[in-house]
Amino acid sequence: MSSHESISHAGTEHAAATLVPEVGAHDHSQGSATASVTLVEYGDYQCPHCRRAFPLVQKLQKRLGDRLRFVFRNFPLNEAHPEALHAAEAAESVAVHSGEEAFWSMHDALYTHQQDSEYALDDEHLMKYAADIGADPTTVGMDLEKEVHQKRVKADFMSGVRSGVNGTPTFFINGVRFDGNWSDIDEFGAALS
Amino acid sequence: MGRNTTALTAGTIAPDFALRATPDQLVELSEFRGNPVILAFYPADWSPVCGDQMALYNELRSEFAEFNAHMVGISVDGVWCHRAFAESRKLHFTLLADFEPKGAVARLYGVYREREGTTERALFVIDGEGVIRWSYVSPVGVNPGADGILKALEQLKGGAT
Repeated sequence: MSSHESISHAGTEHAAATLVPEVGAHDHSQGSATASVTLVEYGDYQCPHCRRAFPLVQKLQKRLGDRLRFVFRNFPLNEAHPEALHAAEAAESVAVHSGEEAFWSMHDALYTHQQDSEYALDDEHLMKYAADIGADPTTVGMDLEKEVHQKRVKADFMSGVRSGVNGTPTFFINGVRFDGNWSDIDEFGAALS
Repeated sequence: MGRNTTALTAGTIAPDFALRATPDQLVELSEFRGNPVILAFYPADWSPVCGDQMALYNELRSEFAEFNAHMVGISVDGVWCHRAFAESRKLHFTLLADFEPKGAVARLYGVYREREGTTERALFVIDGEGVIRWSYVSPVGVNPGADGILKALEQLKGGAT
């Protein structure tokens, strides 16, 4: 019966969700590593709410400048968004073969084009966006076929689950889940300042 | 156990119940005996976000399956509502209708909200013997995610060996 007690104890300690693992070298990040505020987004490239958040984050990055570091981690909800996993894998492929700057161009392209048509995130379009930003579309296509980057994407996903990600987008500010309203840029901005 | 003080806590025998999953399927809690069950009470089908609580649990079916655990969602919505919701969101686990008498099972577990007429956002992890091993009530506007469930299942597994 003692194991019951220990679980009960763990239950009461279920505190505010905190980010695990912390932001590190394996992450995609923009801005200064010494910034006073680190914002982490767990996002899904097919999620319309993430797409809505995309220009807001860009605005806040401009507003806060060197004070803000922004990190993106993958959280594709495959059942709800059947193309989200491949979109995430395509962005990871671009990162591996063409570098971090290309990753962010791909990230931006995916959100920019998300609603273009119902085919906006099929493999053909993912390869096209890769070509548009100067990466090699054939490499991306081969990586998708062989699921080369799926492990990385799933590791991001499970880190999100373990950190208390509960939907997309979920944001963490200096490691603590932001439960406020991100779609209100003033509220979001105030939380970051 | 979160902020709610009436929710049943760890160590309590989980009250048995029978609720409809579909118009012609009745599910009893005791049917799951021998394996862990996760009861996820949630306020309503059709919440307006795509990455909602049930969608997240839907993605985690294989993780829950590693513990042989059954995920069961419960709200006061009726079976037809559940069916449309599950089809629309491609949910592949059981949703139970705590519909008539309304919220009776939520009351048994101490997680009914009289004023709103819905359940709390409450989680119960029940072991194979039917004992509640972990419970958590989230602020109703905050999706509790899945980390607490996975931790509880891990402890359950660790304690069983």
